[in-house]
Amino acid sequence: MSTTTQAPRGSAPTRVQSLQRPRLPRWAPLLVALGAVAGAALLGLLLGWGLLSTGFVALLLFVVLMPVWSLVVENRRAAVDRLMTSLVWSAFLIALVPLLSLIWTVVSKGAPQINATFLTFSQFRTDLSQPVGIYHALIGTLLITLGATVIAVPIGIFTAIYIVEYGQKGRLARSITFLVDVMTGIPSIVAGLFAFALWILLFGPSARAGLGGSIALAILMIPIVVRSTEEMLRLVPDDLREASYALGVPKWRTIAKVVLPTALGGIVTGVTLAIARVVGETAPLLLIAGLTTRTNFNLFDGRMTTLPVLIFTQNANPGIPPPSGGEPPGIGIAWGGAFVLIVIVMLLNLVARVVGKYFAPKTGH
Amino acid sequence: MTTTPAAPPAARPKRRQGDRIFAGLSRGAGLFILVALAGVFVFLAIEGIPGLTQPSSFYAPQASTFIGYVTPLLFGTILAAVIAVIIAAPLSFGIALVISHYAPRSIAVPAAYVVDLLAAVPSVVFGLWGINVLARKVAPGYEWLYEHLGFIPFFAGPPSTTGRTILTAGIVLAIMILPIITAISREIFAQTPRLHQEAALALGATRWEMVRLTVFPYAKSGMVSAVMLGLGRALGETMAVAMVLSAGGGITFNLISSSNPASIASNIANNYKEGTPGKVAVLIATGLVLFLVTFLVNFAARWLVGRSERRMAR
Amino acid sequence: MAKSIDVSDLDIYYGDFLAVESVNMTIPARSVTALIGPSGCGKSTFLRSLNRMHEAIPGARVDGKIIVDGQSLYDPGVDPVEVRRMVGMVFQRPNPFPTMSIYENVLAGLRLNNKKLKKSAADQVVEKSLKGANLWNEVKDRLGKPGMGLSGGQQQRLCIARAIAVEPQVLLMDEPCSALDPISTSAIEDLIHELKSEYTIVIVTHNMQQAARVSEDTAFFNIAGTGKPGKLIEMNPTKKIFSVPDEPATEAYISGRFG
Repeated sequence: MSTTTQAPRGSAPTRVQSLQRPRLPRWAPLLVALGAVAGAALLGLLLGWGLLSTGFVALLLFVVLMPVWSLVVENRRAAVDRLMTSLVWSAFLIALVPLLSLIWTVVSKGAPQINATFLTFSQFRTDLSQPVGIYHALIGTLLITLGATVIAVPIGIFTAIYIVEYGQKGRLARSITFLVDVMTGIPSIVAGLFAFALWILLFGPSARAGLGGSIALAILMIPIVVRSTEEMLRLVPDDLREASYALGVPKWRTIAKVVLPTALGGIVTGVTLAIARVVGETAPLLLIAGLTTRTNFNLFDGRMTTLPVLIFTQNANPGIPPPSGGEPPGIGIAWGGAFVLIVIVMLLNLVARVVGKYFAPKTGH
Repeated sequence: MTTTPAAPPAARPKRRQGDRIFAGLSRGAGLFILVALAGVFVFLAIEGIPGLTQPSSFYAPQASTFIGYVTPLLFGTILAAVIAVIIAAPLSFGIALVISHYAPRSIAVPAAYVVDLLAAVPSVVFGLWGINVLARKVAPGYEWLYEHLGFIPFFAGPPSTTGRTILTAGIVLAIMILPIITAISREIFAQTPRLHQEAALALGATRWEMVRLTVFPYAKSGMVSAVMLGLGRALGETMAVAMVLSAGGGITFNLISSSNPASIASNIANNYKEGTPGKVAVLIATGLVLFLVTFLVNFAARWLVGRSERRMAR
Repeated sequence: MAKSIDVSDLDIYYGDFLAVESVNMTIPARSVTALIGPSGCGKSTFLRSLNRMHEAIPGARVDGKIIVDGQSLYDPGVDPVEVRRMVGMVFQRPNPFPTMSIYENVLAGLRLNNKKLKKSAADQVVEKSLKGANLWNEVKDRLGKPGMGLSGGQQQRLCIARAIAVEPQVLLMDEPCSALDPISTSAIEDLIHELKSEYTIVIVTHNMQQAARVSEDTAFFNIAGTGKPGKLIEMNPTKKIFSVPDEPATEAYISGRFG
């Protein structure tokens, strides 16, 4: 990389034995940062930039100035080190921007939408003056996710038990592990297409049902559940199993009474995270569960709106903007739905963390 | 359930019943996965294969055969995913390094949490944000790129005024795959043997030289497979692209105009409603192609991980 | 070219925890100084403070002075990177870089500073360093092979070659033989004997016979109890320490009545 001529400098045999190197003071980065921000702010004010571009220019100034100063005062290696340090931290700061922007927009646009009407009314109305809400989508999300969980959790846990406790690295266990890997990589839309194709074959081309959505989501959930359960079961020390066998307890009781309870916290955490993963899935449900404005409690028949699908369709067809100006009504509903969805997902993640922490000592030793 | 080849140890005959049921249940669950995956293949094939040979009107207006129909979509899929990876990979490695080597613990732990938070945001919310916030913010930027860098084919324009281009879609995808690549590479970075890092420091390496000399060589294959897994995710992602991208039809590297093809997944999401059985078959067939491509990418990633694990074990 | 080391009033902290308290000692040039003492007494921590390696652990800091060749290692203007070039280090377990060949391993430190090393000059350094580490004859036909393919003792000598390739003044060794078999250990001890004509060597060891065999001077560290700081109890010529130590605690430790 470096093409500077540094034959005399730093070659070991003729090295100067001084440890003192001209070094930048400890507060140098802070000074450069302040300078970069001030410079960018000045430029931004003069040229009328937005906050984001100003921030970006400030970052750029810092990444350039810091190594240059270091190169002048210190040496090439120190300058490279400072350059890479600045770049690495910049990557982190840059990644924060979309996250903060996203959370800010969802909260600022979504939170004001939330009220009792929004949460308890569906979009079905017989008269234009009636209020609308997302109740039907909440019910749909709840039922379809519940269905997916009911299908995926027992299959996932038993599969993990088979791989860890019964398979013993046999052919079948290894091929199941491989297939679970394959399943992890199935794009969600393909899972949706599968359920869609299944329904077309079984019930004809225009059939839709929430259950199909549950099946598609289960396909996405199973590998996550298997993976996390497998990991937890492997954490259970063999001593515990052997202690139980030594007492004459049969294998299935050992698994049910010793192994599973020991790993329970981790399994619950894994399942909760899996639910959090699929509750926001849109594509498969768009295909198979479809869209309706009514509240449908029957998982086995008829279209069923879910929150993500509602967000998608409201954004795509937001309706006519009110004559008084402003955004069309659908956009507001979409942001409100996004806010509710994020709250649900974050709550699930929080539950997973709390459960994981609470049960951690049990799996620890 | 009549075959129990792996006899459970320490099981007394009268308790055999419970053991057999339990073993059968768990083997059944495992076999179910086999069947389910085969089912995915079979049903997609049954419904999709007719889609390969529909009358040419089903592939209109852009093409007259399935190959002609799917090629631009495949191109769009791969282009968006590659843009995402090009943006996300360096950022992810940077963030992973901050968490594993640069930040003090008091910052690293919350930082890791924040990245996980990003992973938890549903894709439809990313899409909503992408079209309503990001696309509007970047549109003037495309204008600028077109005016100043228009001689580069990527920015040949004319720039989209809505910002709903494949580059925007790629940026949204990049944000979505960032957490995966970060999580995997941060784990591997943190596993670099302390001994090697200290050896580098003791030779008089700066922190960056230590990272270059010990962390990267150790983590190389893991980093590659992390990127591949991110690529796999980006290829299959539907909603962000479906919502953000305003698709044209042709194969072009022009990133800032609205003439790019859709991705396979977003094309399915946007067109399934047309609903004639022939069209649906065509869409399902494209879904099969997508499945195949993501499978290959994921398989390559796993293979790389496996290879590095085998090498480390030696 | 080897230099002596003067340590005065050195306190080493991990965060708020005082790990080593008020060490005063002079480590003579061109000789081997052994640090002995029970586990956790701070001798490794002290060793690592001699080339500022303890700074690799977050929260570690130092009060007091360490002077090498008239220069204080902890002066604000001093670059830890330069310190580590002057004071090399060999670790408990051999740690050649796994992705590099034997040849590249020896040159690793040199390449950091001087990327455009001429092939002939590089060859010379590799041969000189490997000869210096008594490894040349064993590996000269497979310099391009990975360093991990060597035996444990050979790997450790490779690490010594890597450390002396940058021509340090001082060589720190942190229990360099604890992971090696007796034959490899004796090869390393022979090597230490040869190296001391050119380098100031400080070696931490758990093995008192080893301290007696290789060192001119011995420093005994002890700890009053868990949570208490480690202290330097006694530093004397090795012969004296192992026959008539000044302190009763030293005698207790050496005669095996303790630790």
